[in-house]
Amino acid sequence: MAERLTSGRRFVCKTSAWISAFAEMKTFGFLVVLACFFLSAILQPAHAVTVLDDRQQKVQIAQAPQRIVSLLPSLTETVCALKQCDKLVGLDRYSNWPESVKSVPRVGGGLDPNIESIVALKPDLVLAAGSTRGADRLQALGLNVLRLEPRNHADAQRVWRTVAQALHVPSADSDRVWQRIQAGVQTAVQSLSTAARQQRVYFEVGPAPYGASESSFMGETLTRMGVGNILPASMGPFPQVNPEWVVQARPDVIMAGDSSRASMLQRPGWGRLRAMQGQRLCVFKQDESDMLVRAGPRMAEGAQLMADCLNRAAANGDAAGGPAVGPTASGAPR
Amino acid sequence: MLLALGLALVVLGTAAGSQGWQAWWSAGADAVSRQIVWDIRLPRSLGAWLGGALLGLAGAVAQGLFRNPLADPYLLGSASGASLGVGVYLSFWGGSAWAMNAWLGLGLTGAAFVGAVLAVVLTLLLARGVQQTLRLLLAGVVVGVVLGAVTSLISLLQPQVLQAMQGFMLGSTAFVSWSACATMAVVLALCLALAWVFARVLDALSLGEATAQSLGVPLPQARMVLVGVISLATGAAVAHIGLVAFVGLAAPHLVRSLVRCTHAWRLLLSALMGGALLVLADVVARVLLAPQELPVGVLTAVLGGGYLLWRVYRDADTGARS
Repeated sequence: MAERLTSGRRFVCKTSAWISAFAEMKTFGFLVVLACFFLSAILQPAHAVTVLDDRQQKVQIAQAPQRIVSLLPSLTETVCALKQCDKLVGLDRYSNWPESVKSVPRVGGGLDPNIESIVALKPDLVLAAGSTRGADRLQALGLNVLRLEPRNHADAQRVWRTVAQALHVPSADSDRVWQRIQAGVQTAVQSLSTAARQQRVYFEVGPAPYGASESSFMGETLTRMGVGNILPASMGPFPQVNPEWVVQARPDVIMAGDSSRASMLQRPGWGRLRAMQGQRLCVFKQDESDMLVRAGPRMAEGAQLMADCLNRAAANGDAAGGPAVGPTASGAPR
Repeated sequence: MLLALGLALVVLGTAAGSQGWQAWWSAGADAVSRQIVWDIRLPRSLGAWLGGALLGLAGAVAQGLFRNPLADPYLLGSASGASLGVGVYLSFWGGSAWAMNAWLGLGLTGAAFVGAVLAVVLTLLLARGVQQTLRLLLAGVVVGVVLGAVTSLISLLQPQVLQAMQGFMLGSTAFVSWSACATMAVVLALCLALAWVFARVLDALSLGEATAQSLGVPLPQARMVLVGVISLATGAAVAHIGLVAFVGLAAPHLVRSLVRCTHAWRLLLSALMGGALLVLADVVARVLLAPQELPVGVLTAVLGGGYLLWRVYRDADTGARS
């Protein structure tokens, strides 16, 4: 017992000696820390930023990325709209805007990225869509991967801000460009005639047929314009619809991609649909569809395409003798 | 001797797999090249071999256990279970409710594995155990169809998962990491050991169920273990390399056509054969469209299907000796 006490006291003595030594070291240590801090401040002009990706994971970006790989077209367009196009060193095979990116090397698709070629490019930032195995693997290989997948208007704004932050673009600059994009959307909205605004639209994204409801990106653009959508938000963003249901809902205007046109004419009952006559059917070419469906910086151009289509359709309707069926006539069966 | 041949094939396959679409050996000093060869190509080639071996082993066990040359590793519903797991994972992704975090935390690989194993458990429950092979087979088919339908429903409600789902269903070795290799290696070792021990039962079973029973073989326990081997091996393979078609079916057939031996050796050789087949297919898939890549599942389906068809055709020609 006694022995244990003495050994305990000896231990205390030792500890106090250590503490005093440590206290001396602390001032020195403090100086070292201070020096390090200043040194790093000098060596690193840009401060590190930390952004949140779609997985709610923090991604740290030490300095402005110089070699960027983008695996999603809307993210490519965002990078370019932020005037950082020259930093792109690798792209997925679907990125096609602006013209200048066409010469950038391709590294497979968003879902099947070629891991080897991406690593060989030595990127300091990889922008990828959310849920791919490729992104997991690239991250495991030590690359800085930022996962973002814009699906609607709110996403588009969030992704815009996140990418701007990640690229070390001053927020004043990026906000100004964003304001301009929003002003463009607003111009498109205001270009609608009163008659055009009273129409109801069916937007087809694929020939299965899949439609775009109010909760999809295109649907939100339409809602912003104040026009109706025959597919309510409750059906999910891209519901597969029964062709018969569209006939019953009697849309005033149909918007569709090139791929849908052929099959549309073969659907029973569609030939007599008002929306299938003349100017009321808007078929968008591939490059136009890209603007419409990508939740990126070209949303104003996309909105203008829709507005033009709606205006044409409304003018056509007037020429044929006034709006035929009121927008509320469809739903309730008697 | 055959074992040596199988191993040599595998080594050849792994070496060829590391070649890829551009000669990287010249730039051995470069860190990035080293990373490409060491951290990307080697694990994926090894992963292809391990995955193929797991599928080959599972296929051989399934064919022995069900005494049916058409049995394949996906028979008990693992494939549709894994697809469902992936589908659920993908549809939860980006969803606003973060209550789904637990499932997301599993990752794509974990989700596929859990899905595959749960599907087999469901099959076992429906078949009320492993006593009747016919009931087990039927339950497997039913579970496969029903889970497949649920997966279709999910992709119908959320079309944005469709493409990613398809990528998974075609199978690819492009994203295999070292840790995935380690997992598969452990599972392969475990399954091979278990299968080796219980191979005697498969020999007895090949004489018929009644004969096997009269030989004093512990049939129920053995069945349980072997079903476990099938589901574990298939689950691990499917989770890491996706639904690679036909390797599990073709490898045992190939072995059977080359040698006649007891099940213990047949299982081992089928595993080696499956591994060699998949590495070979993987290398071909990489160089065929270089620098683009073909999903390896497409290639195995075409090659495996072609091989089986040719075998059936030839057997019919020579008058069905077996």
